[in-house]
Amino acid sequence: MKQLLLFAFIFVLFSCKEVTKTEKTATIENATEITIEEINYNGLELLLNKQDDKTYVINFWATWCKPCVEELPSFQQLYENYKGKNVEVILVSLDFKNQVETRLIPFIKEHNLKPTVVLMVDPDQNTWIPKVDTEWSGAVPATMIYNKNKRAFFEQSFTYEKLETELNNILKTN
Amino acid sequence: MKILKVSFVLIVFILVSAFTIKNTLDGYKIGDIATDFKLKNVDNKMVSLSDYKSAKGFIVIFTCNHCPFSIAYQDRIIALDKKYKAKGYPVIAINPNNPAISKGDDFEAMQQRAKEKGFTFPYLFDEGQQIYPQYGATRTPEVYLLNKENGKLIVAYMGAIDNNSQDEAAVTEKYVENAVDALLAGKKPTINTTKAIGCSIKK
Repeated sequence: MKQLLLFAFIFVLFSCKEVTKTEKTATIENATEITIEEINYNGLELLLNKQDDKTYVINFWATWCKPCVEELPSFQQLYENYKGKNVEVILVSLDFKNQVETRLIPFIKEHNLKPTVVLMVDPDQNTWIPKVDTEWSGAVPATMIYNKNKRAFFEQSFTYEKLETELNNILKTN
Repeated sequence: MKILKVSFVLIVFILVSAFTIKNTLDGYKIGDIATDFKLKNVDNKMVSLSDYKSAKGFIVIFTCNHCPFSIAYQDRIIALDKKYKAKGYPVIAINPNNPAISKGDDFEAMQQRAKEKGFTFPYLFDEGQQIYPQYGATRTPEVYLLNKENGKLIVAYMGAIDNNSQDEAAVTEKYVENAVDALLAGKKPTINTTKAIGCSIKK
């Protein structure tokens, strides 16, 4: 009888443990619901050459890049202010592939980033950097604003005012 | 007389803008003569390229402490120095960042990193940021391979160390090694300019 009780006790103990485990997994799953699309140069080329009626603001950034992080609120604000106005803001992250779970996704959550974030994973930078813009040295932050009629590339940091001015320069030509 | 005045003003304007634009925008191109410098090393001694009488050239690398790409390349930079110092092309690393803006890139932090990693090369501080603009460096890490020709330092290669910053095992082209090997064989590097993602230099 004693043995049976002990057995039952152990069983209960283990079942409890099992339950806690499941709950933990569930929390982790909830926390990682953000998935980041990985693109190589072909994907980036599509992103930089859309022929629809929208104007695209493509920002190259990374969580480790201090000036990039500082200018992100401007891009966030632009996204909010031009929502539904045929303007799309896309953040192309150059974070390391092995830091997506540990840095990029937590960063997106912490800063509540609304624009779409994609991860550029093509390692052959010497091939694809000049294809984005021949003048680009590869330093970040960098931003491309374009539509099917006009494009402009900037290797610099933006304030919101400057960013909106440049966007309007492109929008005007439509 | 008025026309003369106006044209004088115009000429002055053109001259001034030509020089300013040159100073701010242009860095070195392949074949340009690179400037020497006198910068403080992590051991507190001043280092100039002219100190290296027997060097055939230099692998000058603008790099820093904080940038993840610089960190990813630390061991590869040490390997470059070990391989090519004996052959006449030592590595000279320069931190171009303004430490007031770039946290972790101050001189003490540089000394600490050099000690921790066992840097085999000078790690110099571009105090006052006078040198990197002359080279035209924009990011870290960025390499300028200089070759001594008739006593002058000629830019032979500029750009990335190799073609995979994140994964050394997946590198298929070692740009700097190929360029130095070409110089050692008395040839010009086949690829003399490459681009890579890096951290912008903090002014």
